[in-house]
Amino acid sequence: MKPEELLYNETHEWAHIAPSGGGNVATIGISAFAVEQLTDIVFLELPAVGRTVAAGEEFGEVESVKAVSPLYSPVDGEIIEVNTDLPNHLEHLGSDPYGKGWLIRVRLGDESSLARLLKFDAYQKQCAEGH
Amino acid sequence: MSDRRAALRAALKGERLGTGGSPRRGERRRRLSRGSPSRVEGREVGDRGLASERRATEATVARLASDHWRTDGRRLEWRRRRVAVGRRPAVLFRIQTWIVRLTMSDSARTPLYSWHVAHGGRMVEFAGWWMPIQFTSIVEEHRATRERAGLFDISHMGRIRFRGASAPRFLDRMLTRRVTDLKPGGIRYSLVTNDQGGILDDVLIYRMLEPADEYLLVVNASNRLKLLDWFGARTDAAEDLARSDETESTAMIAVQGPAAIGIVNTLIDAGPSVDSMKYYASSPARVAGVPVLLSRTGYTGEDGCELVAPAESVESLWATLLRGGEAAGAVPVGLGARDTLRLEGGMPLYGHELTESINPFEADLAFAVNLGGRAFPGSNVLESASERPTDRVRIGLTVDGKRVPREGFEVFDGDQRVGEVTSGTFSPTFERPIAMAFVRRSALSPSRALTVDIRGKRETARITRLPFYRRTR
Repeated sequence: MKPEELLYNETHEWAHIAPSGGGNVATIGISAFAVEQLTDIVFLELPAVGRTVAAGEEFGEVESVKAVSPLYSPVDGEIIEVNTDLPNHLEHLGSDPYGKGWLIRVRLGDESSLARLLKFDAYQKQCAEGH
Repeated sequence: MSDRRAALRAALKGERLGTGGSPRRGERRRRLSRGSPSRVEGREVGDRGLASERRATEATVARLASDHWRTDGRRLEWRRRRVAVGRRPAVLFRIQTWIVRLTMSDSARTPLYSWHVAHGGRMVEFAGWWMPIQFTSIVEEHRATRERAGLFDISHMGRIRFRGASAPRFLDRMLTRRVTDLKPGGIRYSLVTNDQGGILDDVLIYRMLEPADEYLLVVNASNRLKLLDWFGARTDAAEDLARSDETESTAMIAVQGPAAIGIVNTLIDAGPSVDSMKYYASSPARVAGVPVLLSRTGYTGEDGCELVAPAESVESLWATLLRGGEAAGAVPVGLGARDTLRLEGGMPLYGHELTESINPFEADLAFAVNLGGRAFPGSNVLESASERPTDRVRIGLTVDGKRVPREGFEVFDGDQRVGEVTSGTFSPTFERPIAMAFVRRSALSPSRALTVDIRGKRETARITRLPFYRRTR
């Protein structure tokens, strides 16, 4: 996935929206900027398949040596797939944050919340400002 | 500290954060008023006319002005806050961040600031100073220090010099350990206590080898101004005593790790080799052409030394040490690894294991209190405290799994809350979470396992003898 084509939370989660089985499915991960800021990631907790999440709701956490950060869903919907391999291969978050480092896939419910997500340029600008 | 915990708890529960009454606001305001505008030229300018915004965002500022690791903390606080108080327009978010920047830019820079920035140091504000939290990664810098050598800029530490015939007696009156019998070149770890026996700071007192009637007190950055006031208020004008704050005219470097002493030794032009010095001894020396105060001290659990140098020559000293240590694998190390190293080494950190409401015995620092026939602030209180076991004790905890018990997390014995975590991290050496906590003495039974509430889930925590790490070479 290309970072330019993704939508972003201010809290550094990305979403890639693609049609699938008559609806839309979002693949969700965390941005390269977030991974770089966190460094030394030691633990990742991901949710179970079948759980529904609301946009802005916490769905997991990423723990680094220095701090723990909640993961917030950028979208509303039902979790249909989880990258269960990732907690054992945390290096993928750094080496391939938009590919092998994906976290969950969500079948979109209410799509109105997508409007508040940042496009790549706006997100880049936020990162350039250092937060 | 309790405000931050409350805010965190509220945020995690999705409650609205309170905005009033944080003691941190007061602290912050004091520090702002003491900031030196000359150090932040061009940053203060935009501040004018923002007084109302400043007030409006003061609660936010206060929340962001965590004592430690503000960059990481800020990100977390924003994230938690957004969940807690709902979304705000991105523009407002950015403006607030901008105001936060303006009002926060009064921190001082060490003479190595430019070097850090030029070499990839991620700068954060810590106790009123811009400091590198890391250069590459905390884990890499930590391991480099344990296996080879690490260079630390510790210029933020306060350095206060005392001169005059009354200096030893004055310091003896202020510190929990005897100063009058300190030999020239000797260094002692000590505490400064208040009238209630609470800890105002932990310090190193150096008696100079030359001139032997001078003393240097190295204090925590966060306590420097408080201690200057404290000493000032207790100085008798009739005494032969001069006190000078040399924090800004000097700088300080720590070189730590198994290769540290070899690296420094090859650069000594004049003075003793470090390995000929006793632990906790100092000597004037010339290292890489720079006159320094050299001491065999540190805060990492490794052998090594620390050097106090004139501010204007420290950058060349730092660069020469790094170059000299290159072959041995020496790297610059930030505050992040300094914290994980000291935590593995079981060493307390002011603001965490040491505060004004903790007495030295609770902190397991009885060795740093010499009551024999001496009087210092709080010595009477400590005298009676020394005669009975303390209610709470500082302990080490090791947790299974990967979730880290962090500062403020509660410790339980069965259903009973018995204490709380004061520092916690993922240990790069042991590759598991470790923590220090204060718990009720009654919870110390080795047959029972304690648990830590890690964001709503109880994790088993085993009491572990401190230090977690002890060097073998």
